[in-house]
Amino acid sequence: MKNDQQQAHQRENLVAPSLDCDRREFLKKVGILGGGIIVYCTIGDTSESAAQMPGGPPADFNTFVRIGADERVTGYVGKVDMGQGTITSFTQIVAEELDVAYDSVDIIMGDTDLCPWDFGTGGSMSISVHAVQVRNAVSEARGVLKELAADYLKCPVNNLLTKNGVVFDKNNPDKKVTYGTLTKGKIIEKHLEVKPPPKSPSEFTIMGKSYLHKDAFDKVTGRTKYAGDIRLPGMQYASILRPPAHGAKLKSVDLSQARKMEGIHVIQKDDLIAVLHKNPDEAEKARRAIKAEHDMPKTGLNDENIYNHLLKIPVQPRVKERKGDIEEGSKIAKEVFEETYLSPYVAHAPMETHTSVANMENGKLTVWASTQSPFTIQNRIAQALNIPSEKVRIITPFVGGAFGGKLTMGENANPEAIEAARLTELTGKPVQVAFTRPEEFFYDNFRPATIIKIKSGLDSSGHIVLWQYDVYMAGDRCAEILYDVPHHSVNVFGNFMMPPPGAHPLRVGPWRAPGAPNNIHAKELQMNIMAAKAGIDPLEFRLKHLKNERMIGVLKAVANQFGYTPSKLPSGRGYGISCAIDAGTYVVHMGEVEVDKSSGEIRVKRIVCAYDPGLCVNPQGTKLQIEGACIMGMGYALTEGIRFSDGIVHDRNFDTYHIPRFSWVPKIETIILKNDHLPSQGAGEPAVVGIGAIIATGVHDATGAKLCNMPMTPQRVKEALAKV
Amino acid sequence: MIEKISFTLNGRPVSLEVDGDRKLLWVLRIDLGLTGTKFGCGEGVCGSCTVLIDNEAVPSCQTRIKDVAGAEVTTIEGLEKDGELHPLQKAFIAHDALQCGFCTPGMIMKAHSLLTENPNPSRAEIVEGMEENLCRCGAHSRILDAIESAAKEMKRR
Repeated sequence: MKNDQQQAHQRENLVAPSLDCDRREFLKKVGILGGGIIVYCTIGDTSESAAQMPGGPPADFNTFVRIGADERVTGYVGKVDMGQGTITSFTQIVAEELDVAYDSVDIIMGDTDLCPWDFGTGGSMSISVHAVQVRNAVSEARGVLKELAADYLKCPVNNLLTKNGVVFDKNNPDKKVTYGTLTKGKIIEKHLEVKPPPKSPSEFTIMGKSYLHKDAFDKVTGRTKYAGDIRLPGMQYASILRPPAHGAKLKSVDLSQARKMEGIHVIQKDDLIAVLHKNPDEAEKARRAIKAEHDMPKTGLNDENIYNHLLKIPVQPRVKERKGDIEEGSKIAKEVFEETYLSPYVAHAPMETHTSVANMENGKLTVWASTQSPFTIQNRIAQALNIPSEKVRIITPFVGGAFGGKLTMGENANPEAIEAARLTELTGKPVQVAFTRPEEFFYDNFRPATIIKIKSGLDSSGHIVLWQYDVYMAGDRCAEILYDVPHHSVNVFGNFMMPPPGAHPLRVGPWRAPGAPNNIHAKELQMNIMAAKAGIDPLEFRLKHLKNERMIGVLKAVANQFGYTPSKLPSGRGYGISCAIDAGTYVVHMGEVEVDKSSGEIRVKRIVCAYDPGLCVNPQGTKLQIEGACIMGMGYALTEGIRFSDGIVHDRNFDTYHIPRFSWVPKIETIILKNDHLPSQGAGEPAVVGIGAIIATGVHDATGAKLCNMPMTPQRVKEALAKV
Repeated sequence: MIEKISFTLNGRPVSLEVDGDRKLLWVLRIDLGLTGTKFGCGEGVCGSCTVLIDNEAVPSCQTRIKDVAGAEVTTIEGLEKDGELHPLQKAFIAHDALQCGFCTPGMIMKAHSLLTENPNPSRAEIVEGMEENLCRCGAHSRILDAIESAAKEMKRR
């Protein structure tokens, strides 16, 4: 127990950052960029206090939590909510660690002026990584409040407890003060030398409990504002001239018709040709009146020959795993299995297309962007306009789906934000750029087309002794072998992030659990193919090759819920199995499919999916992520694949690009294994990784057909059946 | 051609001087500031822009403003009555039947028209009725549950 003298010493040791220091520099100092613990918290009315500071508002100082005089608590989070429900989980976290009511917490997300810097919302890391930082900061804030209350109540801090936004003396509960009273009218920037640890799971009253989406009321009433719903006085809607194909070069353009149209403002600046109008539909009409000629590329590449092209791209493989000796494995193998697995370019296709609104006011540019990467976009726009990044503020309203497609990695994503910024600079008016659906498909950073080659072998007792795994363009996520094989190598040729030059004729980028669905599909179907030859039940075959006890536990939990009974392959029942560790979460799927042998149609009847995610902040939210990812996964597995030729994207809307619909939806059962003592792992992506796998292994169990290529269309099913 | 077009919007009379060929979606979203109705595909194939015209669900991105003259148009903003949410809205909240929420207004409007036409639908009829509305987040089973439960609630009233 600390004595009062020590506590007083602690209070004097508060770290106040220099007000003139650059915010990012400050953040670097406190270690956020290095992923260290964020120790800075500001409590009180920042705007009011900021006005009193010499030299004007300092600071877009970042704050994690603010307590208003009205006792409402606001948490600031650099992540965005694109439907994954983290606004709800962060509310739980702040309420829990600060000891306030859930309903008294508001969360501001993805605002570069108000929120701590963040690298972008991806990789299922909002909870697994960022929530740890928020918990630490908020629990420190609660410690600071107790210190303040010790002075206010003239009571040793160790006698103080917190509950429901009140600090009180445990020996005299009437001796109390509310958080709002303590912080009223002041900005308090404090650090504690001894950090109070976040609560342990046994102390939780809010975290670990299920909460419905807190943003649902606004979403069901149409009140929620997405970027496209921002309205500013004098705002113009831009429609931009686009090339008909990737790689097309503008040869000539005739803007005369568009210029004649009433209310149309034409902008032609370098590569940017845009027409603007106070109505988006009128702007689009004017854009259609532009006559443009392009030199069209002749790459000769299309969705069928792309795989041969990708295999010819020179790229040095990275060895992800190597064990034993592949030659030795080949020698002792009695049966060798060689398969090639293909997957096409797959679109993100969020319901909200990329949309941004930009406005320049008093030398500061504000952009409302539908993005996963507000801070990256802030820098990109600052570079594009050649202005300091402090002069750019990104506000991320609710995002209408993203799935990796609005994550700025590499050179691409969110081009519309930069276009809106350039156009507002050129016109002096607020400008909205919203992609049409054909633009959304054309400029998507597709999940890349991939090739996976597996050579595996069994010994005479049905043990896998050889596993040579070469993955092209998907990357290494979930490429590790998982199963116990004495002689194996996993080689990664290129990845989705930094594809080798000249590889892809279309833009590529991260797509929910990048590369993992491709890897899991290939691995699990290969497992089934071997199990069939060995005459061993596919579940038993997997268990026989698993050493990871945690994975064995999850697999058995799913088999139990599924009511699995062993049988040799093909059993005719259509049971599929998939095991993976993705974003740190152990995830197992079992599925039941039905195959219509005459039409080739696959129907998914049932999916059971289990997560062992460590500490689960909001089980309800996690359940929704599992269900949603299972349904989304059926798209890449069954129908989705972009058709293209010579840089032209042929699928430009939902009439030809088919995503899952109501009639596809199977019965989905979810299991979330309780492991609260372990750190939280990812929840948004893992359930999408095994859907191609359970459908392919399910069809294999139903019919013996090997569906090595995705999507598993009726045509491919019939072709595979013909080879059985 | 600019013409005067009058209709009823969420129970109130509206009169506009507008090019009659413009699409209802944009007139709602821009001229009238009702942003609850969403743009999704622009071709009437995703359901995000669904509104009711005389109680029937239509894609507003395919509907000319002059074609609603004299009609009753209802958008998501018009479902709340005297501060109380419509049973469908309540059911969507209770069943957590949304994620990003972008398709939600269109889903609710489509379901509204479905239940007006058939107050007692089977699960299969709901699936069939909702088939053209797309959701990328995968909230489908919860949306079906919400519609089923709202149907029961509406019958009870």
